[in-house]
Amino acid sequence: MADDVASATGGRVTAPALEMRGITKSYPGVRANDHIDLTVRPGEIHALLGENGAGKTTLMNVLYGLAVPDEGEILLDGLPVRIAGPSDAIARGISMVHQHFMLVPVLTVAENIQLGLESMAGPVFINRGAAAEKIRELGRRFGFEVDPDERVGRLSVGWQQRVEILKALYRDARILVLDEPTAVLTPQETSEIFAVLRRLRDEGHSIIFISHKLYEVLEIADRITVIRRGRVVGERLPGETNEYDLAELMVGRQVQLTVDRGESHPGEIVLSVSSLAAKNDRGRLAVEDVSFEVRAGEIFGIAGVAGNGQDEMVEAIVGLRSPSGGRITLAGEDVSSADARGMHQRGVSFVPADRQRFGLVLSYPVADNIVLTDYYDPPYSSGLIMNQTAIRERAEEAIERFDVRTPSASVSAGTLSGGNQQKLIVAREFDRDVRLLVLDQPTRGLDVGSVEFIHRQAIAKRDAGTAILLVSAELDELLELSDRIGVMYRGKLVAVVDGPAANREDIGLLMATGGTQPAQAA
Amino acid sequence: MSRYLRPLIVPAGAIALSLVVGAIVIWLTSPLVTRGGFDLMLPFTTYWALIRGSLLSVNALVDTAVQAAPLILVGLAVGLPFKAGLFNIGGQGQLLAGAVTAAAVGAMMSNSDPLVAVPAVLLVGMLAGALYGFLPGFLKAYTGAHEVVTTIMLNYVGIQIVAWAITGPLRDPASSFARSGDVGNAALPALFNAGGGHEAHLGILLPVVAVPLLWWLLYRSTIGFEIRTVGANPDAARYAGMKPRRLVIFAMTLAGALAGLAGSVQIAGEIHYMTAAYSTNIGFAAITVALLGRAHPIGILFAGLLLGGMQAGARLMQVEAGVPLQMVDLLQGVILFFLTAELIVRYVFRVRAQTGGLVEEVQTVTRTYGGQTTAP
Repeated sequence: MADDVASATGGRVTAPALEMRGITKSYPGVRANDHIDLTVRPGEIHALLGENGAGKTTLMNVLYGLAVPDEGEILLDGLPVRIAGPSDAIARGISMVHQHFMLVPVLTVAENIQLGLESMAGPVFINRGAAAEKIRELGRRFGFEVDPDERVGRLSVGWQQRVEILKALYRDARILVLDEPTAVLTPQETSEIFAVLRRLRDEGHSIIFISHKLYEVLEIADRITVIRRGRVVGERLPGETNEYDLAELMVGRQVQLTVDRGESHPGEIVLSVSSLAAKNDRGRLAVEDVSFEVRAGEIFGIAGVAGNGQDEMVEAIVGLRSPSGGRITLAGEDVSSADARGMHQRGVSFVPADRQRFGLVLSYPVADNIVLTDYYDPPYSSGLIMNQTAIRERAEEAIERFDVRTPSASVSAGTLSGGNQQKLIVAREFDRDVRLLVLDQPTRGLDVGSVEFIHRQAIAKRDAGTAILLVSAELDELLELSDRIGVMYRGKLVAVVDGPAANREDIGLLMATGGTQPAQAA
Repeated sequence: MSRYLRPLIVPAGAIALSLVVGAIVIWLTSPLVTRGGFDLMLPFTTYWALIRGSLLSVNALVDTAVQAAPLILVGLAVGLPFKAGLFNIGGQGQLLAGAVTAAAVGAMMSNSDPLVAVPAVLLVGMLAGALYGFLPGFLKAYTGAHEVVTTIMLNYVGIQIVAWAITGPLRDPASSFARSGDVGNAALPALFNAGGGHEAHLGILLPVVAVPLLWWLLYRSTIGFEIRTVGANPDAARYAGMKPRRLVIFAMTLAGALAGLAGSVQIAGEIHYMTAAYSTNIGFAAITVALLGRAHPIGILFAGLLLGGMQAGARLMQVEAGVPLQMVDLLQGVILFFLTAELIVRYVFRVRAQTGGLVEEVQTVTRTYGGQTTAP
């Protein structure tokens, strides 16, 4: 296998850029890393694949000097090193590009890049001219020039990511760690970033690419290391593996990557939205003239780059935002002015995109979270008095039925993993008499096993006659589940296509341009 | 560690550290007290006197209960809004509103039947405090005016209202200086008289009622569930169909009622009339009480007893150890310091932070003080 890689890099056999040997790190109750070996060669894109909680983050924290390993050693260019902290890691040429960008939107590109970098500061003033020149030059070299004086807040997400990468390059990083870099990007932006990464690789940089999107890993990586429960369970070359093999390694059992969605049998119209308009928090029109219908037993998907009005539209539908125009009807009844509780009581369930901000109270026990949206109804309470016994029984039953992995119903929801937090919300919102189910990014950031579970539950709900509105930034998810897909662009529903017949690239183009450029064969 | 003991670590640590700091200050200033050089034992003499003066006699216990009662009531008035994510610094103003109203009604009803006058005085104090708490609550809910700013302002307004009322409409014409009339029959009856001015009035029973009631409200009722949800995660509260505005107003109004009740207790139970210069630091000490009790009603009960005990023991401390009364205020201030600078306590006692580090109440303080209502 070493020969393969050597030939791939033009026959040079040099010391690995990075070698982590036998890294072991335990936290109370868990062994997060158990003798992990990772070797990254110069000029290589090395994918680190694993479910949430598999130990990827811990390993990278060790590399970045944020965690001290109990055992094991780190070698850079063949020499053992001890990394004292992030600034030490940066000084040694290791840089991290975080999943949530650490950029200040009101500062310019140049200011963001220099943030925290003392060497560029004079005794009093920052040397702006030299920095701007260096940023331009780096951009030219790697094929993505960006104006150093542009405010970061005005850049698209894809360009913000490039600024993060520039930030790393500016610090002379030779080893770049990218933590789920594509989570917030459209397919087009993703392939643009991939082009950048390949260019970096060809210039001799080493890239550690963390992801759980299998097809992306197969597309970009030169080598793939899979970890599960803190151990390396396999190393693969993209040419000799496939998505099923990787998924099985990752999860430890056979996984169905696409749920058998069966046939849907749409019934009468449940949700009807006509000429809906809604404003965002700053009072600007975020949703304009949106009309569609969702029938019982049907999944209607909404595609779109984040921030094109999906959030405001969903909030208007579930009663969290007053529409500024148009009509929303639920099974014939005008519910345009109903509030969140009114909608809930009419059988509308809502799984919000940001589960930690909206869906859960993290400091509350699991049991209280299970009744968060119907705590006021019998049997959980009668009048003023809450019935703790009924709440606990409901929680225990839901934990059992929806396979929420938690030590008990009384631990706080914040201690659960992301997947289990989402299962908790799913248990609460699915497990009742639902007429309309609104799912906003229901599987964002979840591991393969949890995604499979939630997709199955959604299909089961559809088959039971529930109307489902599915908003997602994951095209695969939409294509897999939806009967019809609407594309939102700048607050408008620019197209509705038939789900099973839809084409990835066409929808991607509609998401990116709103259809102003004619999509081929649309 | 047990989940019941864990929350106690920081408060206990803050108390312990404040005693150490207090001891250093007492020792360093001991030449002023003894006039004969440093007295190594003076801190121990001081603390022993404090303990005897607050616990080790019937008189001491009566004094502690009397001092603690208003601290606990106003402590609840600070702690309840904490649970809703609000920082009520207006306990002082709400207490004054209750006190001046109680003084007015008490003077008017000084000859009425105590069975009518006493409940009336307590009730009007509560109502006045409730109104005084409702105002910042309403402003917060409907205009976004920050409760820290409005309650501080209303504290000053309260002081001026007292000065105006006592020198004006409420002034007792029979008295040579500006004071309100005696409350007479409206005075809280004594439950127990230990003699020598150590008298336990009806007011000491109010926390005994208020603490369990508030605990039940917060942890067993739907409205408490809503209040805690709004405090812990306002977005989730909206998502769950709760009405954050109403809850903010409710929490501030109820808080005002509790502080106003404490004001009536002070007037009808302790001094029986009010002067234009009436002043107390209960409203501010109550912030320490609420933080030390971690905004939990039971915690506030014990924190109020502790601070009340310190107030009660202060006199004996001054007599026996020669250390001035203000030493007690210094100890309270240092406790507050260590509570908010929790990291120091954790460092000294090598306690690992729970998830999120700062305790929720302190987060509310820092967050609300920075003018932000929700975490970014």
